[in-house]
Amino acid sequence: MVTILKRELESFFFSAIGYMVMTFLFMFTALFFFFTSIAENTANLVGTFNAIFSLAAFFSPIITMRLFSEETNKKTDQILLTSPIKLSSIVLGKYFASILLYLACISMTLVYALVISKFTTPEWPIIFTSFLGIFLVGSAFISMGMFFSSLTENQVVAVVVTLVVNIAILIMDAMSSAIPVKFLIDFLKNLSFSGHYFQSFPLGMLKLKDMVFFLSVDLIFIFLTTRALERKRWS
Amino acid sequence: MHLIVVNVGVFRRAVTNFIFSPEQTLNGVLELVLNGGKPMIEVQKLTKRYGSNLALDDVSFSVKEGEVLGFLGPNGAGKSTTMNILTGYLSLSSGSVKIAGFDVLTDSMKAKENIGYLPEIPPLYPEMTVNSYLKFIFGIKKSKLPREKHIGEIVKKLGLDDVSGKVIRNLSKGYKQRVGLAGALIGDPKILILDEPTVGLDPQQIIEIRNLIESLKANHTVIFSSHILSEVQSLCDRVLVINKGKIIADDAPGDLSKQLESNQILFALIEGEKTSVVNLVNSIAGVSAVEAIKEAERSVFEYKIQTSSKDDIRRKLFFALSEAKMPLLGLRSCNFSLEEVFLKLVKDQESQENELKGQEPKEDESKKHQPQENK
Repeated sequence: MVTILKRELESFFFSAIGYMVMTFLFMFTALFFFFTSIAENTANLVGTFNAIFSLAAFFSPIITMRLFSEETNKKTDQILLTSPIKLSSIVLGKYFASILLYLACISMTLVYALVISKFTTPEWPIIFTSFLGIFLVGSAFISMGMFFSSLTENQVVAVVVTLVVNIAILIMDAMSSAIPVKFLIDFLKNLSFSGHYFQSFPLGMLKLKDMVFFLSVDLIFIFLTTRALERKRWS
Repeated sequence: MHLIVVNVGVFRRAVTNFIFSPEQTLNGVLELVLNGGKPMIEVQKLTKRYGSNLALDDVSFSVKEGEVLGFLGPNGAGKSTTMNILTGYLSLSSGSVKIAGFDVLTDSMKAKENIGYLPEIPPLYPEMTVNSYLKFIFGIKKSKLPREKHIGEIVKKLGLDDVSGKVIRNLSKGYKQRVGLAGALIGDPKILILDEPTVGLDPQQIIEIRNLIESLKANHTVIFSSHILSEVQSLCDRVLVINKGKIIADDAPGDLSKQLESNQILFALIEGEKTSVVNLVNSIAGVSAVEAIKEAERSVFEYKIQTSSKDDIRRKLFFALSEAKMPLLGLRSCNFSLEEVFLKLVKDQESQENELKGQEPKEDESKKHQPQENK
């Protein structure tokens, strides 16, 4: 697993993807940090974190698109699948590599917190819970993107499908209120990422059910990815 | 190394067994000597379907330790499919495959540890350097050999010293193939499976790769596929001819051509006037056709002489020519080339099938089986 993780991290930075994603996120978070904290004259970082919540939906597909589709396309999956290494280690290696890249991206927020601590005491507990919140949200997006990448050998298809699904998740709350069936509204609300995020983490709360929700999304899609790889053998 | 360790164990067991039941042990030893040890690869009644498409149909064969087996067959015959199943990349529909005694389905990890695989397209990460790629392969093969030393040896053996720091994307095709082969050799697996290792290389590189395979014979059991028959002829101890998912021949390359040898062809260099030589040779009993091919030297022609029977006419030819004062300057006999054998085998199978199926059109048949290789 560690071998896969290392190679995957290296290849993020051999290609432009690693730098691109980091630049993209640093730029936007800096903008949001300026407008929601500095310009507003507040020590509150929640605005920046909330922005990352939506941004994650847009840049996580760029991280995950090549994870498996490139391997299938270049036939390098043959060396992975014929080596004495478990499918789950392959999937987890790639998953954690993406998670590490994501962590590097969002850790910029901690720099902003340090900037604020120069002037006043930031609300560390809220920063901590918000950070954990966007980390969990991002990890869920990444596991989903990884799954879609394992279904196709075309990176463009992977990125488009993941984007569509992620956007659908973002606007799910708004959509659900348009449905006149109460049962369906409740169902969609329980699946909504924003519901699980906004009602706990930015408020400084750590609710077990919300953390379990995101972690189970991770687990489900990691499991589905291994099944998708296994299925290829049996085609 | 492996061999020695295993053999010491076998020897010790044999000695203890001999003390308790001498008769049985003698039989066992006899078997060991006759078969040259356990089969490294055992394939039984292997069948693979892609949906309703039958890619492999009841294929059985086994490969002994240290043997070099060539897979021969037209494109889409099932060579790559078989190799992908042996290496665990694809699953099988029915039958069983054992690698070094481990079943590929139930003991897949142990089976995979014993295999080095070079697929048709070498599985290289273009953005990595040769060295980091080999280190990566070393890691995922979980090899316990000393890393730097082992990789260094392989790099040296394959002549990759000059390019070990280069990015794979910038390498030539021959080098890429060699890097792929280096990847297959990492971890010192007992079995090497090479899928068309010389395809797309220039003649110089083909010779290099062949020499490499030749040098690997000593320590490895090798299976490799090819549709270049001379290659199979020169490298293999045994040839499996596969067509449409079935094994249609399984023999040593020499025996394979002997099998079909019903008449002989001689090439002779004879000095003398062309028509009189042709007339003279034609008059010898057993000659069915004579043909002058080209003028080799002044007034020396090369003739192609076909004989109708298995009789050796070379002596008769010599004396007849010397009597007529037409010196025989050179003579060589020609066996069927493997190309001809192969085409004949494939044709025979097709005509047999057509008889069975009630004259199904030939072209449709081949089309139906074409796409299998690509999956």
